[in-house]
Amino acid sequence: MTALTVDATITAGTFTVTAAFEAGTGVTALFGPSGSGKSVTLAAIAGLLRPTTGVIRIGDQTVADPREGVHVRTQDRRIGMVFQHAALLPHRSPLDNVALAAPGPSRSARRARATEWLERVGASHLATSPTRTLSGGEQQRIALARSLVADPSVLLLDEPFSALDGPTRIQLRDLVAALVADQGLTAVLVTHDLADITDLADRVVRYTPGRTHDTIDAGPGGLDLHRLERGLEE
Amino acid sequence: MQDWYPLWLSLRVATTATLIAASLGVGFAYLLAKGRFRGRGLLEAVVTLPIVLPPTVLGYYLLTTLGVNSPIGRAWEDLTGSPLVFTIPAAVIAASVSALPFVVRTARAALEEVDPRLEAVARIAGHPEWRVAASVTLPAARRGITAGIALGFARALGDFGATVMVAGNIPGRTQTLPIAVFDAVQAGDQATARTGSLLLAGVAVVALLVVTQTASRRA
Repeated sequence: MTALTVDATITAGTFTVTAAFEAGTGVTALFGPSGSGKSVTLAAIAGLLRPTTGVIRIGDQTVADPREGVHVRTQDRRIGMVFQHAALLPHRSPLDNVALAAPGPSRSARRARATEWLERVGASHLATSPTRTLSGGEQQRIALARSLVADPSVLLLDEPFSALDGPTRIQLRDLVAALVADQGLTAVLVTHDLADITDLADRVVRYTPGRTHDTIDAGPGGLDLHRLERGLEE
Repeated sequence: MQDWYPLWLSLRVATTATLIAASLGVGFAYLLAKGRFRGRGLLEAVVTLPIVLPPTVLGYYLLTTLGVNSPIGRAWEDLTGSPLVFTIPAAVIAASVSALPFVVRTARAALEEVDPRLEAVARIAGHPEWRVAASVTLPAARRGITAGIALGFARALGDFGATVMVAGNIPGRTQTLPIAVFDAVQAGDQATARTGSLLLAGVAVVALLVVTQTASRRA
């Protein structure tokens, strides 16, 4: 089953992007220069922006179709999202940040689930540390746990590694790869870093300014990097 | 100063007024910071008006709104059996209205500064809007809100013009400390004027310290 279908035009202020692609299990990377509309596409999938025309489907549910008057609220889309900066609540502990997003009938059930996810991202030891004192990489681990704790249908990653230093970036990339494989996740990753693509992506949607250009699937031998870098300038 | 009633009354009036101005003010601030609706500009102008109006003019309008011939004044009299003007509740209303814009403006600036991604994350986590406000937006803006409430308290405590118009200057009943200072100066009672002024200035300094402390902790 196709987990995510985007065929829509989205306007944010004076900027407009037309995006068409499908994403299934694994990591689909949205790749292209800054300002080509990748993050705007992600915001529309999350329901933070509304497309002006077209359709967005998550699983078999249409979540946005302006012609039919369909706009499913962000709250009801069952997505997880990680931004470039972790966007943790500074006045809550890391555990509480994750627990706030956790489903469950009681506070203790939500905290138990959050604890479990902190363990999975290798951050149990940070559960009660002051959130402000965490490093960038530690914060992104917490943000990753928070994005997955509610068992989302689609995980949206908006340049989650770009603010991290080299070694931390590699660790986080490995963590995301492992989680995607273990959980059978559908993830959409916005990036302009080729290393993200080679390490993580199962398919790449190439963007030119204001539109998607094409989709390249990884073959048995991985992605054809030559093909990836070719043909966007024309 | 032999008579402590004005200080006691001022503290009571200012505390009650601050509670009213804080609940209304944070509500208005939230609407102005997050809401997109018709009449937003008008609402902003109306809640800011007490800052720019001469206090006596504000007092005059309050007197017209709350007086014995006004609908509110009549309703109060029907309910309680006595007029609203020249009472302690009238002083509370005057102080609340004077304090309101300080709470609204400071809280609104803080609410607008809250990182929209924090709110987005809460929506993505499935929280309804009221929970986004209660668990993310308001706590993240709490320092600015505290600063606004501290300023509002200082303003409520210090109000003279609006209070004297609607609550009058009845010693032992509606005479607040700023009015008592005015009376003391008129009567040549320097000791009372000095003590009253010192107390009011002290409270103002403490309120400003609260404001600057919370502001510097944010940085």
